[in-house]
Amino acid sequence: MASDTTTVSDAIAKTIADNDVVLFMKGTKQFPQCGFSATAVKILEHLGVPFKDVNVLDDQGVREGIKTFSNWPTIPQLYVKGEFIGGCDIMREMYSAGELHDLICAKGIPHSHHHG
Amino acid sequence: MPMAAADIEKMIKTRFPDAEIQLKDLAGDNDHWAAHVVSAAFKGKSRVQQHQMVYDALGGRMGDVLHALQLTTALPSE
Repeated sequence: MASDTTTVSDAIAKTIADNDVVLFMKGTKQFPQCGFSATAVKILEHLGVPFKDVNVLDDQGVREGIKTFSNWPTIPQLYVKGEFIGGCDIMREMYSAGELHDLICAKGIPHSHHHG
Repeated sequence: MPMAAADIEKMIKTRFPDAEIQLKDLAGDNDHWAAHVVSAAFKGKSRVQQHQMVYDALGGRMGDVLHALQLTTALPSE
């Protein structure tokens, strides 16, 4: 279980460095355990972006640590190329405006869905 | 304990006196809120920063007693 704070934030930093798109969420992408996390997964699936899911329910250290790391009080949290993009509301807002797709393109991340 | 609309509004107003706040009780249970906050203080800030400012105004309650607040922020239209 929970290691000290430095180790947790090191582990989070490594995860977001090693993966282009990371979603810190409650549950897994196959089985989200919270409505907000489910929405975040759906948005990424609509865009056809491969992403790494981190289930914060598996590790209390990460669950609290990610909030401090991002200075963001809630889960889910989306990182793209090491940059914190936002939570469920911001993802939803950006997706509707087409901005999330633009961001994915701008960052050069392969994805299967293209808006017309 | 859920947070009452008046408390949420007051905390945001204290930090952003110019703010226009629209609160919607999403589930009718005084616990699931949608807030739209319009303030000139958001000028030049990214969306993430704007939300962080509002969360900060709520003094750590977001994600705690206030577990469901759908937030959108905007600048006043000219």
